[in-house]
Amino acid sequence: MSDPKDFVAGVDSDQRRSPTRVVFVTRRTSAQVKAHYEEQVQTYPEVLFRVLLAVEILAIVLVVVALLFNAPLEGIADATHTPNPAKAPWYFLGLQELLHYFPPVVAGVLVPTMLVVSLVIIPYFNINIEAAGLFLNNRQRRLQIFYITAIGLIVFLVAFHVYVAAVPTLIVAIAMMIAANSSPTSLSAPRRYLASKPMAWWVMTWFLFELIVLTAVGTFFRGPGWSWVLPWRS
Amino acid sequence: MPGKIDKILEQVEQSRVWRSIFRSGRGTSTLHNALAIQQSVFLHLFSTKVRKRMLSFSSTWYLGTLTLGTFFILIVTGVLLMLYYHPSVPQAYADMKDLQFVVSSGLFLRNLHRWSAQAMVFLVFAHMFKVFYRGAYRAPREFNWVIGVVLLLITLLLSYTGYLLPWDQLAYWAITVGSNISAAVPLVGSKIHFLLLGGNQVDANALLRFYVLHCLILPLAALLFVAVHFWRIRKDGGLYVHQSEPKKAGAVDETELVKEVQ
Repeated sequence: MSDPKDFVAGVDSDQRRSPTRVVFVTRRTSAQVKAHYEEQVQTYPEVLFRVLLAVEILAIVLVVVALLFNAPLEGIADATHTPNPAKAPWYFLGLQELLHYFPPVVAGVLVPTMLVVSLVIIPYFNINIEAAGLFLNNRQRRLQIFYITAIGLIVFLVAFHVYVAAVPTLIVAIAMMIAANSSPTSLSAPRRYLASKPMAWWVMTWFLFELIVLTAVGTFFRGPGWSWVLPWRS
Repeated sequence: MPGKIDKILEQVEQSRVWRSIFRSGRGTSTLHNALAIQQSVFLHLFSTKVRKRMLSFSSTWYLGTLTLGTFFILIVTGVLLMLYYHPSVPQAYADMKDLQFVVSSGLFLRNLHRWSAQAMVFLVFAHMFKVFYRGAYRAPREFNWVIGVVLLLITLLLSYTGYLLPWDQLAYWAITVGSNISAAVPLVGSKIHFLLLGGNQVDANALLRFYVLHCLILPLAALLFVAVHFWRIRKDGGLYVHQSEPKKAGAVDETELVKEVQ
């Protein structure tokens, strides 16, 4: 057992750079096997029963809603009489709100395409996988990029009078500034929470916030000629 | 009496015909339960076992399950509505009025279809955000996330094509607003617009096209992708469990030092 070694043993914990791991079992050390065990249940009947129960409750709720509220039905389609405002289904009203400010090629084609592409590529970027707090590493550089992006975006939205989208952007930007000035050792729990959030989280939260605000504004606060109306004053 | 029914059931379940259909046989052992999943062409999309803590409501909110539930309700109510609906102008609108005032439970059927459709769109979005915030899109589940995005688009298209079918003012102008956007695509916009509507404006051709998309092409596409979506859950290692997520109380400790090799 005194042969000279014809290999070099390295130590590395980054599985993207060194995916292959070799274990050397020498005489003095012994290999220890760590087994992972987690309690599991059979899909049939335990999971299927819960699925059926969940769908049953859903069906009951929807049946009650269907008994209480009638689906809207207006007069027969008439190409010569345009209602004011003509609204898309509620899930497209966020886009229709943007269509009010930007030309169709931007609000109707560019923005939706960018949304779908960004959703698809989320899992393929390491920065989305690592999930370290956005401002915890490389703080100065990331702060610079953040300020340029946030200010540029808000100035752009205000220049086009898109205050409906600028306000949520501003709120998210303020939350990000609080996160930048917090750390995992901050005293308050909300600050620790914000400091731990990665970039993907911030982008998605901004998207969710904009989606809710724009859809709500398009649904409830828009009247004839897409003017601002208050839903409780009809 | 219950004993007699049990006996009859047992005889049925042990009969040659029953066993030729359901091969897992009678019994409640782990093997029988596993076979009940494995031996069914539909259920074998799922894994035979699931981590116990994934059953808790907080880990998934059952959003994927509920989305599937709305989809089933929509298929059933949709097929029944098809029995009373002609995709032609102006008969389509007259059929809506018939559903409202003439057909037994017609109004209820249409209400259920409409509200389930709204619920499905909402649930698909909710499911997507829940999956994102849990980080369940990470490797090896990247591709299932992409399939999920495709299913989101199919759901939106299903809802959008169904929106035109009542042929009332609401439907007509919503589709006019929406389809005009497709005309804004650079270079090929007007061609896409024409292809979508079968003409230059929303008319009888558009109604027929939307009907075929809504009742045939899109549901088939949805079924196909849903099947892949479920199958990938199994193939990607089951429902996502985050390392830091607390185990359920009373669960067996996961790490055991098994053996020292000497």
